[in-house]
Amino acid sequence: MHELSIVMNIIDIAEENAKRENASVITEIELDIGGQAGVVMESLQFAIESAKRGTMLEKAKWIFNEIPALARCASCNKEYEANDRLAPCPYCQSFFSEILQGRELRVKALRVE
Amino acid sequence: MCDDCGCGHDNNITFRKPGAEAIGEHHHGHQHGHEHHHADGSHHHHHHHHHPHGHSHSTEHAHSSHSHSHSREIIVEQDILSKNNLLAQRNRGYFEAKEILALNLVSSPGSGKTSLLERTITDLGKEISFYVIEGDQQTMNDAKRIDAVGAPVIQINTGNGCHLDAEMINRAAKELDVENRSVLMIENVGNLVCPALFDLGEKARVVIMSTTEGEDKPQKYPAMFQSSQLCIINKIDLLPYLDFDIEQAKQYVLQVNPHLKFIEVSVKTGEGLDHWYAWLKNNLTI
Repeated sequence: MHELSIVMNIIDIAEENAKRENASVITEIELDIGGQAGVVMESLQFAIESAKRGTMLEKAKWIFNEIPALARCASCNKEYEANDRLAPCPYCQSFFSEILQGRELRVKALRVE
Repeated sequence: MCDDCGCGHDNNITFRKPGAEAIGEHHHGHQHGHEHHHADGSHHHHHHHHHPHGHSHSTEHAHSSHSHSHSREIIVEQDILSKNNLLAQRNRGYFEAKEILALNLVSSPGSGKTSLLERTITDLGKEISFYVIEGDQQTMNDAKRIDAVGAPVIQINTGNGCHLDAEMINRAAKELDVENRSVLMIENVGNLVCPALFDLGEKARVVIMSTTEGEDKPQKYPAMFQSSQLCIINKIDLLPYLDFDIEQAKQYVLQVNPHLKFIEVSVKTGEGLDHWYAWLKNNLTI
């Protein structure tokens, strides 16, 4: 699954930032994961367990901010929560919509020592 | 960019042209904690400020309740796919400057991507120069088929990887030495899940489904259909023998992506291919 690729990227980004700050260990990492980012949380956590060994993140606490997906209906212009991408607009049943939020896949912050 | 999506951490990606030894191997051994070297030097780190009074986002207050004088917060705010996306945009710029129409062909295994390419190159090869990048976990089989119809081709074997990424395309396109105003067909690894997240720098993503698959593929794998611009439905010559409801399939696709265009073809009989060829020529001249 691509979740392992994603975890490898997270580790790279975290270590690069931590080293630039001359940190020796990362104690906490905070991630933003959108409801429509295409990531399965269980797969992500499974990949983290195997990938973090031997890295600066080995003992880190992982914090996941799961960001709900928001869409704006292109027909009636109302906003609605769209975590199920297949669901139509709950107000007018249109399938035309624009995703406003929920595609995030971001390393937000680190706590280092 | 790290490409291993399988269970192994050691990846062994090879680039090879038919009749040639492997051009190079591309090892991504993830011995964690090592330095990653990025050939293009493209490190983007937008924000990293010290926050002397770090705010804890955790309900379990790992470090906020007692003061760790040496503990500090780094605000990163960096997109996890940013390296791939950055390199994909560089590829896109390179292709635009050379007026190369780069297409990312994605589908399940067995939908007919390679057959569509063979036929297209055979039919249009006199008018348009085609170059092909083939992505598969193993074997040179697809590259040999393309080589047999006369187009320059490079095979990328991704090993455990389940998708191509922008760095592989950057390297493969240079090896192929794609000429101006040609079509670069990138046949991604047969997989409707993972390739959806990885921009390669293509002009358009073309998703191929076939009548021997379930009509509900778009509902099962919406990300791929959402991120594509054209949907080719192949094997329509088999429709009389199958329960596949093509109108239902299109409805499912449109629920996921109302903007997707359709072209129905049979690579075997040639039916509908003129629409595909017109689409290609139209996009090549824009």
